[in-house]
Amino acid sequence: MSETLQIIDPSGKKVGTAPRLKNEVLLAMYRAMVRTRAFDDRCMKLQRTGKIGFSVPNKGIEATSVGAAAALDLATDWVAPHYRDFGIPLFHGIEAVAMMDNMYGNVDDNAVGRQMPVHFSFDNPLKYLSISSPLGTQIPQAVGIAMAMKRRKEKGVCLTTFGDGSTNTLGFHSGMNFAGVFGAPVIFLCQNNGWAISCPVEKQTASDGFAIKGEAYGIPGVTVDGNDVLAVYRVVSEAIKRARAGEGPTLIEAVTFRMGGHSTSDDPSKYVDPKEFDEWEGRCPIKRFRSYLIAEGKLSEEEADAIQAEADAEMMAAAKEAEAKPVPSLDTIFTDVYAEVPPHLRAQSDFAIGHYSSRGEGVNEKGEFPL
Amino acid sequence: MVQAVNDGLKSIMREDDSVLVLGEDVGPKGGVFLATEGLTSEFGEDRCFDTPLSEDGIIGVGVGLAMNGMKPVCEIQFQDFIFPAFDQIVSEAAKMRYRSGGQYTVPMVIRTPYGGGIRGGLYHSQSGEAYFAHTAGLKVVVPSTPYDAKGLLISSILDPDPVVFLEPKALYRAFREDVPEEMYTVDLSTTRDVVPGDDAVIFCYGAMVPVATEAARRVKESRNKDVRVVDLRTLMPLDEDAVLQAARDCGRIVIVQEAPRFCGYGSELSAMIAEHAVEYLEAPIKRVTGFDTPFPNTLENYYLPDARRVTDAVEEVLDF
Repeated sequence: MSETLQIIDPSGKKVGTAPRLKNEVLLAMYRAMVRTRAFDDRCMKLQRTGKIGFSVPNKGIEATSVGAAAALDLATDWVAPHYRDFGIPLFHGIEAVAMMDNMYGNVDDNAVGRQMPVHFSFDNPLKYLSISSPLGTQIPQAVGIAMAMKRRKEKGVCLTTFGDGSTNTLGFHSGMNFAGVFGAPVIFLCQNNGWAISCPVEKQTASDGFAIKGEAYGIPGVTVDGNDVLAVYRVVSEAIKRARAGEGPTLIEAVTFRMGGHSTSDDPSKYVDPKEFDEWEGRCPIKRFRSYLIAEGKLSEEEADAIQAEADAEMMAAAKEAEAKPVPSLDTIFTDVYAEVPPHLRAQSDFAIGHYSSRGEGVNEKGEFPL
Repeated sequence: MVQAVNDGLKSIMREDDSVLVLGEDVGPKGGVFLATEGLTSEFGEDRCFDTPLSEDGIIGVGVGLAMNGMKPVCEIQFQDFIFPAFDQIVSEAAKMRYRSGGQYTVPMVIRTPYGGGIRGGLYHSQSGEAYFAHTAGLKVVVPSTPYDAKGLLISSILDPDPVVFLEPKALYRAFREDVPEEMYTVDLSTTRDVVPGDDAVIFCYGAMVPVATEAARRVKESRNKDVRVVDLRTLMPLDEDAVLQAARDCGRIVIVQEAPRFCGYGSELSAMIAEHAVEYLEAPIKRVTGFDTPFPNTLENYYLPDARRVTDAVEEVLDF
């Protein structure tokens, strides 16, 4: 494996050159990491109590998501994400309630209740592409988005995120190859969290890490400590700088650990050695950044505690707000299939609304579900 | 049903060394639905193994294994994720016997959970049987009971041609049924009469079988009519004689599928009956299907045909 960049060690001590960032940015990064953990915690509780159907744990991943997010320029850049990156929208001003609307699949969900939870789609203030369940599909799309920017001579870049498992998909290989050939301003961020559901890294690839996979496509690969938010920020910033300067794509491997199951439907105790969880708990990205900020005099214990309390309250309130909204109306099954609803779908929509409203199951004659 | 699948795999693996199981998370975890639980511990990692996350790889490697003396059972975690492997299935597995004049063959089974009912949204709910039934060279099998799941799975593994074995995940843990411990087969290309009757017939498969059965019960209650329920079990090659006989016996026909309507499997059934038995029909053939939209999440219960929608359709053909 190539050398792994680290700026803050697991105890919070500075061991490298920190990027020059204003205090307010550092604190915004810290706040986003804490809010990511709080959002994740809340969703896990909502799932366990039957309020929502599904979630994917983000615990342990916060530094990778937020470090990358902080390097983006909202005005020009796009994100083609996978589903385990809550920190990116949260850092960039997507309101927690908008994310909760998706977790509940309610009337205000941008995915209109059509997708499972954690399949977000945002276009303002951040271009955060609609997430797919099939893996790796966003990777060549990111290259296309970046090629369009290049063609129009814009300054923007596209960041695409994916897990270690997705490096096995067709999308990863075709995306990397196209990006290399066309010099697309794209940043491939591989979140190596150790596990593709129950499959450990060594059963996924015989290569020495993932960053090296760039070489065959003519793309530089770098490895970074994915639990060190400043190190992630630095490598993503450098990759973005190269991309903006017309120097093409970069593959980044962020080494981190999924501190939970693949999803709420998965039981990691069947295949992960508990010692591994203990080991990685000692490398917690949030504790590490907190210690660093306190040691640097940029944050006090009291302020850190207050940020935590605010985040917990914010997520609780967001969940309550999303829970109180009705589900989408029946006609939303039939809209957005095409730009215009064609006659056969109009007929099916009329049938569904007539049929279900006549059954008196809380559906009114407009196909709505009034509370 | 998921236990019956597991039991079927174990039974045949004990008998036949050439049966291998491969797929994502099928090893120590035992598959996301636990269909392969205990296989790695009983048969070892060289007979039941985890693969990298690559459907194209799983099926392509499966084709190679099958051409060279093995009987691979490939698991695709959700049928919705099969499409990266579509090329290997449609262009390779399905056509290998044909294009080599029988020199090379692909005795492979692709097991995959399909269908709605678990709040899986767009990508954990689809019913893609029509894609596969449309492709010459593939067999398509859909069990609806634990007994059939085991017997049909073993028949599929023993079959000399590639079989797409679609498991209705909504029924994985829906009900219990005693299943013989020993190895047994259920013949492919045979239908099963779930409920007898001559007043109308419902053709169905997979997770729609219990829905249709409930509808038949309701019509018996409401109209005192005996509605036959036929579980097709094998969609390709279909037991056409059995279907046409049921159509002639009953004369009033409802076809139920949870897949979208347009170019769905029911369209073919409807055309077949119209072509070969129209003189016996006493009412237009009626289809109850999913809508021609992607599969929703929050509103999935309104997308999926339920007993009420099927009952309405049966009453309509009875009243015609």
